[in-house]
Amino acid sequence: MKAPQLLSGRAVALCYLVAFWSGFFVMGVELLGGRLLAPNFGSSIYVWGALITIFMLSLSLGYLAGGRYSQRNPSLAKLGMLLAAAALTTLPVLPLSGSTLEDLAIAIPDPRFGSLAAAALLFFVPTFFAGMVSPYCVRLLVDSEESSGRRAGQLYFVSTFGSAAGTILTSFYLVLWLELNTIILSMIGISSVLAVFTGVMQGKKA
Amino acid sequence: MKICTGPGLIAAALLFAAPAALAQEKLVHSERSQYREVRVYETNGERCMCFTISCRIGRQSCIELANPHRFALNYARMMMGGTLLTGEAPKRILIIGLGGGTIPSALREVLPNAQIDVVEIDPAVTRVARKYFGFQDGPKMKVFEVDGRVYVKRALREGVKYDAILLDAFDHEYIPEHLLTQEFLTEVKSLLTPTGVLVGNTFSSSKLYDHESTTYASVFGKFFNLKAANRVIVARPAGLPSEAQLRTRALEYELALRSFGVNVQDVLPLFSTTPDWDTKARVLTDQYSPANLLNR
Repeated sequence: MKAPQLLSGRAVALCYLVAFWSGFFVMGVELLGGRLLAPNFGSSIYVWGALITIFMLSLSLGYLAGGRYSQRNPSLAKLGMLLAAAALTTLPVLPLSGSTLEDLAIAIPDPRFGSLAAAALLFFVPTFFAGMVSPYCVRLLVDSEESSGRRAGQLYFVSTFGSAAGTILTSFYLVLWLELNTIILSMIGISSVLAVFTGVMQGKKA
Repeated sequence: MKICTGPGLIAAALLFAAPAALAQEKLVHSERSQYREVRVYETNGERCMCFTISCRIGRQSCIELANPHRFALNYARMMMGGTLLTGEAPKRILIIGLGGGTIPSALREVLPNAQIDVVEIDPAVTRVARKYFGFQDGPKMKVFEVDGRVYVKRALREGVKYDAILLDAFDHEYIPEHLLTQEFLTEVKSLLTPTGVLVGNTFSSSKLYDHESTTYASVFGKFFNLKAANRVIVARPAGLPSEAQLRTRALEYELALRSFGVNVQDVLPLFSTTPDWDTKARVLTDQYSPANLLNR
């Protein structure tokens, strides 16, 4: 059974690029999140546990929502919007990581639940949108029933590879060169550019 | 058979690396905590707390078995000197990082009336300090099981002040990076009484030396830089005492310190204020704190 092909060759590549970058972005933000929480909650295993829990939880819900969202008029432009949403909702992380986290630490003295609440406040929304990207990409990429598994596999590969790249680059090098806020803002910038580019591609096709 | 291969190989490698050291090192106790493996070794008449597979690198705390009173590690002597010689006898002391508790125990003896608060994140370290290093806590020596930075922020909110704060939370393997930033040191500074003193056990080598120095300088200005195999920074926001003042206090504590194996005449010449680091090194902040990457 042949599904209508949604994308040109170039657009397919762009779709993979978005998935790669989204994976990179999520892990970059997650690692820096540990840094942002440390002054108020420490850097113990439970702080990382809280952070990873929130990221996994919001990604999982994002996957559900992304799959759902892909059912109605899927387009490259909407994929770009998801990427932009993840980036823009990361912006409040910068002002929130100051005195708001301190207030939260006072309100919830147990550092486990304090850091869980802090991670949820800062990262739940952007990571939710980032989670929507992958299933949405699958919808755009799959053009036939027999290719669906292969496409999904390729997409998992690209997005998880992006996560690996984001993890190693951030933790080995970026923190050695740049300030946290600079890294986060740069990543938001790259996401925005990519989102705009995705919108432009859509326009060309139409 | 297969299970034995890994540890066997490691043991073999270590044996080849340093047969003499290993032959003498006796593992007395070992317990795994949420953070690390806390080990107690005995070697050459010394008992040491270590977080590594062998004590050749990274001894946290050591005592002499024949005379548990004496400091076996040089940095502990410098920390004691830094705490006692720079100002009035401290009445309220905060120590971040317990280790074997040799420094708090010694301060307890020299200053029997002082309130000493110790912050140690790892309950296993506190247990081992009590059992193997004779550390005794009580109402005048309280141990708080919490992250150092979290404790400092809490104490600031509660308006507590300390006459002396000792930072001893780093080991050779891993630095909690949020405890080595300009913001943290600023918080610690605010926790000091007007004539209070900060004594930090820090790093004497690697690129981190420069970064750490400029970070301390950015918060405290001029400080005493006591350097031997280890390095201890002594900072006092009210200003550093003169050489004559140091000498007077040294005489005052000479006898008390001698029982711990501290010869004040050896410690005095170490009080240097001359910067011997790259003063342009980037200051460590909450935004930029790759301390572990710089400590290579």
